[in-house]
Amino acid sequence: MHHEEPFKDRNVSEQSAYYFVDIEAYPENGWDKFKQVARRTFSGELFVGLWVVLREMIKFDIHTVQYPKEKLPIGPRYRAVHKLLRLWESGYERCIGCGLCEKICISDCIRMDTRIDENSRKEVTEYSINLGRCIFCGYCAEVCPELAIVHGPRFENASEQRAHFVIKDDMLTPLDLLKAGEQAEYPGFGAVIPGSDASVKKTPLAY
Amino acid sequence: MDAAFIIETIVKIVVIMLIFSALAGFGTYFERKVLAFMQRRLGPMHVGPYGLLQIMADGIKLFTKEDIVPQNVVKPIFKIAPVITAATAFMAAAAIPFWPQFTVMGYTVHPIVADINVGILYVLGVMAIGLYGPLLGGMASANKWSLISAARSAAIFISYEVITGLSLLAPLMMVGSLSLIDINNYQAGGITNWIVWSQPVAFILFWIAAFAETGRTPFHLVANDHEIIDGFGTEYSGMRWGLFFIGEYANMFFISFVMAIIFLGGFGDGTIAGAVQLILKVAFFFFFFLWTRAAWPDVRPDQLMWLCWKVLMPIAVLNVIVTGIVMMF
Ligand code: SF4
Ligand code: SF4
Repeated sequence: MHHEEPFKDRNVSEQSAYYFVDIEAYPENGWDKFKQVARRTFSGELFVGLWVVLREMIKFDIHTVQYPKEKLPIGPRYRAVHKLLRLWESGYERCIGCGLCEKICISDCIRMDTRIDENSRKEVTEYSINLGRCIFCGYCAEVCPELAIVHGPRFENASEQRAHFVIKDDMLTPLDLLKAGEQAEYPGFGAVIPGSDASVKKTPLAY
Repeated sequence: MDAAFIIETIVKIVVIMLIFSALAGFGTYFERKVLAFMQRRLGPMHVGPYGLLQIMADGIKLFTKEDIVPQNVVKPIFKIAPVITAATAFMAAAAIPFWPQFTVMGYTVHPIVADINVGILYVLGVMAIGLYGPLLGGMASANKWSLISAARSAAIFISYEVITGLSLLAPLMMVGSLSLIDINNYQAGGITNWIVWSQPVAFILFWIAAFAETGRTPFHLVANDHEIIDGFGTEYSGMRWGLFFIGEYANMFFISFVMAIIFLGGFGDGTIAGAVQLILKVAFFFFFFLWTRAAWPDVRPDQLMWLCWKVLMPIAVLNVIVTGIVMMF
């Protein structure tokens, strides 16, 4: 959906939201200084501060996320560790081994092997991504013609070694999860835009 | 001096040491929790239920950590400085009555190590010696942050000694005794007899000075994390740093006791109710130390000196003079 930020006049003017902070004049002589000190001392500003923090303590509106136990939701288009998806109906792997992702990867971290199987179909035997090099740019997901390689929501990829790999078995949706209908389509890079069915036109055959 | 007296005194000393070392640990726990709640956080949660065993974890960590004595430090002084802080804090406790006297199995216990007739003078004096902890530690550390902190602590402690002394002078003139027990008994008549009603100015002054004496926010310049790292504690690690810490927290508790006894009636007439009240008063003062840390910013060193010499000291002197004139007529 096309969205354009409405233009705002960012120049300082009467209409803009900018305003000058009200700074009172600096005291010039001793008596003014004394008056300032006395006013600040007895205006009770310190107690305002005390009340604010006490109020927060009584309200007990805690914002802590106890991270390993609780996690914040991440955006659906977040680009974390990759997934390889399967076709919904047949359960075959979507990847057709075209090698576009391997080719486009700007950090050269995808490595794949293919062979021609008994049915003369191209089969992907190996597929691994070196997460030590991957910059999670999302190009692979964008270029994939089959929506096969996508980004998943798994952002915890700390490991004992600098370079660690996700291999095909880690990324591919297991068949039982697919049967249970738990394979999630990825709405991010390369995904079908919602409502794109409407914009599909017949291929013109007659020139 | 008979043996029973010596044994009783030693037992009292050990009990006070143990209780207040443990309280210092719990103090850190409460501080983290209170600060966290005031900042909409949860604080320690993972070690034990609600993070209660965090103290244990910290203790084990502090005790088993490598004791690092860096190059270029003045070794004997560097090593002795934390001991001074902790030792003076606990020595000051000797003249503080923590609880009214009570009788167990026909034996009357006075929960005060030594009821000396110059009690408050002794407490303040020994607490003032505690200055040598940060001062020597900072100077011996061969670290410029520590050195700045040492200079600041010398300036602050000595300046605010004046305030504590002068502000206490007025109540002491009214009571006519330096013993904390006498001061307490002077107010035994109930809440209307509390010195805070007759000496509100002295109370506020002493309270302000207590923040400087214990080095707590808003007068936390001695070890201000955001400008001089940990001040005199920068080069310390392990148990030596832990001693500084215990000293600071024990000091907070003791000064809370002193304030509660001198101004807020202490344990009153010595019944259990009065004793519980004393604990509540101390708890309030301790909580206030944490409360201000969450609420108030630190002041600059020059502002602190300005406050001491140009504002608080004249007020304290005036207070003494006015008290004297009122007492004369
Ligand atoms: S996200 Fe970018 S860097 Fe990572 S594998 Fe895909 S194309 Fe390569
Ligand atoms: S671009 Fe897609 S279909 Fe092509 S090899 Fe990569 S994952 Fe497979």
